[in-house]
Amino acid sequence: MMESSGDRRAPITPQLALRVAILGGVAFALFAIVFFRLWYLQVLSGDKFLAQATVNRVREVSIQAPRGKIVDRSGKTIVANKVAVVVELDPAKLPEEERELAAKWAFDVNQRAARPKGQRGDPIPIPRTPTAELRERYQRLGRVLNLPGSEIHRRVVRSLVLVPYSNVRLKTDVPLSTLAFISERPELFSGVTVDQTYVRDYPNDSLAAQILGTIGEISPKEKKDPRFRGVPTGTIIGKDGLERAYDRYLRGVDGKQRIQVDAFGRPAPNPRLKNDEPIAGQRLRLSLDLSLQRTTQTRLAEIGGGRPGAAIALDPRDGAILAMASHPTFDPAVLTKPFTQERYEALTGEDTGKPLFNRAIAGQYPTGSTFKAITALAGLEKGLITPGTTINDTGCITVGEAERCNARDAKYGPVDLARAIQVSSDVYFYTLGMSAFYSPGDDHVIQRYARKLGFGRATGIDLPGEDDGVIPDKQWREDINQIERDCRKEKGISLTVNVFAAGAKGCGISDLREYNLGDTVNLAIGQGDLQATPLQLAVSYAAIANKGKVVVPHLGLEILRANGELVQRIERDPARRVDIDEADRQAVARGLHLAASAPGGTSADVFAGWNHGAYPVHGKTGTAERQPKADQSWYVAYVPDPKRPIVVAVTVEEGGFGAATAAPIACRMLAKFYEQQVGCAAGEDQSQ
Amino acid sequence: MNEPGASRLPAGLRLPFDPLLALAAIGLMAASLVTLNASTSQDVPGDPHYYVTRQGVFFAIGTLLAVVLSRIDYSRFRELKYGIYGLMMAGLLLVAVFGGVTRGSRRAIQLPFFEVQASELGKVLLIAALAAFVVDHARRLGERDTTARLVLIGMVPAMFVMVSDLGSGLVYIAILFAALFVAGVSWRHFAGLVTLGVVSIALVLSAAPAVGVTVLTPEQSSRLTSFLSPSEVSGDAGYQQNQARIAIGSGQKTGRGKLATQATLNFLPEERTDFAFAVVGERWGFAGAGLLLSLYALLVWRGLRILTMAKNLYGALIAGGVVAMLLFQVFINVGMNVGIMPITGIPLPLFSYGGSSVLATLLAIGLLQSIYAQGRFAAATKRRGLPF
Repeated sequence: MMESSGDRRAPITPQLALRVAILGGVAFALFAIVFFRLWYLQVLSGDKFLAQATVNRVREVSIQAPRGKIVDRSGKTIVANKVAVVVELDPAKLPEEERELAAKWAFDVNQRAARPKGQRGDPIPIPRTPTAELRERYQRLGRVLNLPGSEIHRRVVRSLVLVPYSNVRLKTDVPLSTLAFISERPELFSGVTVDQTYVRDYPNDSLAAQILGTIGEISPKEKKDPRFRGVPTGTIIGKDGLERAYDRYLRGVDGKQRIQVDAFGRPAPNPRLKNDEPIAGQRLRLSLDLSLQRTTQTRLAEIGGGRPGAAIALDPRDGAILAMASHPTFDPAVLTKPFTQERYEALTGEDTGKPLFNRAIAGQYPTGSTFKAITALAGLEKGLITPGTTINDTGCITVGEAERCNARDAKYGPVDLARAIQVSSDVYFYTLGMSAFYSPGDDHVIQRYARKLGFGRATGIDLPGEDDGVIPDKQWREDINQIERDCRKEKGISLTVNVFAAGAKGCGISDLREYNLGDTVNLAIGQGDLQATPLQLAVSYAAIANKGKVVVPHLGLEILRANGELVQRIERDPARRVDIDEADRQAVARGLHLAASAPGGTSADVFAGWNHGAYPVHGKTGTAERQPKADQSWYVAYVPDPKRPIVVAVTVEEGGFGAATAAPIACRMLAKFYEQQVGCAAGEDQSQ
Repeated sequence: MNEPGASRLPAGLRLPFDPLLALAAIGLMAASLVTLNASTSQDVPGDPHYYVTRQGVFFAIGTLLAVVLSRIDYSRFRELKYGIYGLMMAGLLLVAVFGGVTRGSRRAIQLPFFEVQASELGKVLLIAALAAFVVDHARRLGERDTTARLVLIGMVPAMFVMVSDLGSGLVYIAILFAALFVAGVSWRHFAGLVTLGVVSIALVLSAAPAVGVTVLTPEQSSRLTSFLSPSEVSGDAGYQQNQARIAIGSGQKTGRGKLATQATLNFLPEERTDFAFAVVGERWGFAGAGLLLSLYALLVWRGLRILTMAKNLYGALIAGGVVAMLLFQVFINVGMNVGIMPITGIPLPLFSYGGSSVLATLLAIGLLQSIYAQGRFAAATKRRGLPF
C-alpha cells in the first residue's frame, strides 16, 4: 500500500481513546437531555398539552335553547316563542383589507385604553370601509335589510374584534320575502348566511304586558349575581317581570355545537365530536285568568277614559292573582326588537303615561275612603269603638282648630259603624281618628293595624319592582324632615322657606312640621301622606274577607314540562294571620255589603240589578285628593262566594269619585267572573 | 486482488459490513416512511402517497449509493481532496448565485425533478476533504499555524453557508471541530477556538446590532428571540414552537394515533421536514419518539465504534466528522421540536422529507460502512499474516 507516513498509526492511541470517550460522553449527555425533556413533556405534562390541543381545534358555538312558554291558569298561551330568521355574514368570506382594518382598529383602541384615564383623548372611530368593492357590497346588503351600509361595516368590525370566528349578526327577524330575495341571488350577497333564533311571541298583544317582562343577553353585572352563577356569556335571560322572577325555570340550558377546525379555521368534520343538545326551558303556569284579564284591561281603558289606572283581581284564599292590569299599556313584542329613542321615550315618558310602569304593584297613591275599613278594624280592636257606637253626623266636625266636613256637605245624622261605612261618613271616621290620636299610651293605633294588614311594605308578590308604600307616623315624619333639612343644608336653602319654594330648588319633600293630630285624622280617611299600592289594598281586603289571613299574592302556580307534565308547584311564603274579632269583622263586612247593595250605599247604584243573594258584593268606594291633580277614583270589593271568592281593587288616576269610574270597572270584572248580566252604570254617589 | 478464495465473488461483496449500523439506518428510513404516510396523506390532493413515494425513491437511490460507496476503499478519496473541496465550494457558489429562496434562505438549485440543496451534500464533501487536509498536517498538529490553516479551510465554507442558512453553517462548524478534536489538536488551541467562538457569537447577537450592523436576518433573530423568551413573542416562530410542544406533549405515553389533530389539522407547521419529530411524538407518544431516538443513539454509537476500528487516521477522522454531523443535527432538530433549542432549518437525518439531506446522510453512512469494512479487512489480513 502506498500510504504516507502520517496515515500509518497504531490501531488506537490512548489519546484517541480519550477523545472518543469524550465524544461518546457528549453524545450520551445530549441524548439524556432530550429523553428527559420528552419525559417531561409527554409523561409528566401530557394532560395539559392534550387539553391545549383540544382547545386548538374545537370551536364551540352556542345553540340557543327555546325559553319556556308562559300560560294562564287554564293553559292558554300568554307568551310563546317563534322562530326568527337571522341574517349573518361569514367573516371568512370578507376581504383581507377588512380584517386588517379591524385588527388595526382593535390595536388603536387597546393603545388608547392603556393610557391613563383623562389622557385618552377621543374614542377611536371605526375607519371607513376599506375598499369600494366592499362598500358597494355592504350598501347592497343594507338596502335589502334596511340598514345603512356603514352600520353593517361597523358591526362587522366590532364582531371581528370581539369574536373573530363567529358570524356577524346583522339583523334578527328578517321577513321571509327579504330572505328569499337574498337566497335567490347568492352572487350578489356572497358570505351572507342565514341562521335561526327564538324570539318571544305574544299572541294576545298587550295582554298582561307589564307583568311579563323582557329578556335579553346576560350583562357583565348580572354575571356576578349568585343567581346567575355558571350562566355563560351570551345567554338570554329574563330582564324583568315574570321572565326575571321565574328565569331559572323558563331559561333552559343552551346547547353547544362543537366544530373541529384546522389551523386556518376551516371546518374539519369529526364524527367523534358530540354536540350538547339544548334543553328547552320549562313552562310556567300562571294563576291569571286570561278572559278576566282581557275584560279587566278593556274596561279599565274604556271606563277609565284612557286615564292611567290599575286593576287587580285575586283569590282571597291563597292570594292567586286572577287579573292584573295597568293602563296605559303596550305591545310587548316591541321590546323584542331594537327600538329607537322615540319609541323608548314613548314607553317610559310622563307624556304617554309610562306604559312600562306597572301601577298595580308600583303605583303609590293615597287610598281615600277605601281605607276606612282598616281604620274601623283598628278602632274596634283597640276598643275605641264598638259595632254599636253611634255618632251624630251633623255634616262637620272641629278637628284641632280646623272645621272638617263631609263631601258635598252631606249630613247623615246618627250613624253606627256599619252605616258609617255604607254612606262613607267622614265625620264618623274623623271622630275615630281623633280618639286614635288621643288614645292613652298609644297614638299609632291605625298605623299599627294597617301595617298588620300589609300596608307600608311590599306584599311579596312574585314580581320584581314592587313598592312599599308609606304609612305616615311620627318616625316617618322625623325621617323625612331630616332628609329635607340635610337637603336644604346642602343646597343652601333656608329652613324657613316654604315647601313649594324649596321644591323649586330641588328639595321640598317635607314642610318640616311635626307629626300632629291632623295627620292621624287624615289617615283615618285614607288621605294625607298615606301611600299604598292597589295590590296592598287588595291584600288587606282579602284579609277581611278570609278572617284575618294576610295572603302573599302571586302569579306563578306551577312549573310544567314542555309536554304539560307537572314538574313542581311553586312554593310560596305562608300567609300571616291577624287576629280579628269575628263580631268586629262582621260589623265591617255588613257596612261594606250595605255600601254596595243598600239604598244610600256609596256603590249601590253601580251594582243595581246585581244578584246580591248569590254573590254578595262587599265594596268600598274611595276618592283620593291629590292636589293639584283631580281626584283619584278607587274601588275595592270582595265577594265571599264559598266556591269562588274574589277580591278586586281598581283605581283610576284623576278618575273622579269612586262610584264614577273605579266601581263600574270593578263591577264589570265581577260580572265577568260570575257571568252576571248587569249594567254597571257609573254611580251617582259623590262621597269621599 | 487476485488471491485464491476470492474468485467466486466480486471483491467488494466479500467485504464485511456493520449490521447494527445498517439496522439503525433501515429502521430510521422505515420510520420516516411510516410517519410521512400518516402525516402527508392529505397534503397533495388526489395523491395521498406523493411524499412517501418520493422519499422512498430518495431512500432507494441513497441506499444504492451507500452500498456502492461502502464497497470502495474510502482511503482513495484522500487523493481527491482538492477535487472534493472544489466541488463543495462550486456547489455552494452555484446556489448562492442561482439558488431559489426558501423561507428567507437561499439554499437550493432547482432541477426538473428535484431541487439540490448544495449545503446538505456539502457536509459530506467537507468531511471527506477536511479529513484529508488534517491527515496531511498530522505531523505538525501541535503547531498553531496548522490549527489556523485547518480552521480556515473549514470556516470558509461554513461562513459561506451561514450567510443564507445559519443552521447548516453551524453543522459545518461542528464537523470542523470534530475533525480537529479527533485529530488530536491540543487542548490549548481548543480553548482558544471556543473563546473565539463565544466572543464572535456575542458580537453577532448584541454588539453588532447595537452599532447598526445587521448580521442575522430578521427571521433568524426572531427565531432566536422567540426561543429565548417565548411568552413575549407571539409571532410566527413562537407559534411554531408552541404548536410543536403541544403536539409532542399531547402524545403522552403511547400517542394519539389517528386522533393526532395537531399534525392532521395543520396546527403543526413544516410537519414533513423541521417538525417531523413532533408528528412522531404526537402520533406514537413517548414510546414512538423514544424508539426513534434510540435508533439515532444506535447510529451514533456505531459511528463511534467504527471510529475506533478505522484502519487509518483518515478513516477515524471521517467517522468522527460523520458522528459529529449526525449528533449535532439530531440534537438541534429534536431540541427544537421539544422546545429546548431555537428554530433552525436543520433536518432530522434520514427522517425529514428531502432528497438532498437523505442522500447526504446515506452517503455518510456508506462512508462509515466503508471504514468498517476496510478496518475489519485490514485487521483480518493482519491476523492471518497475509500482506495486503
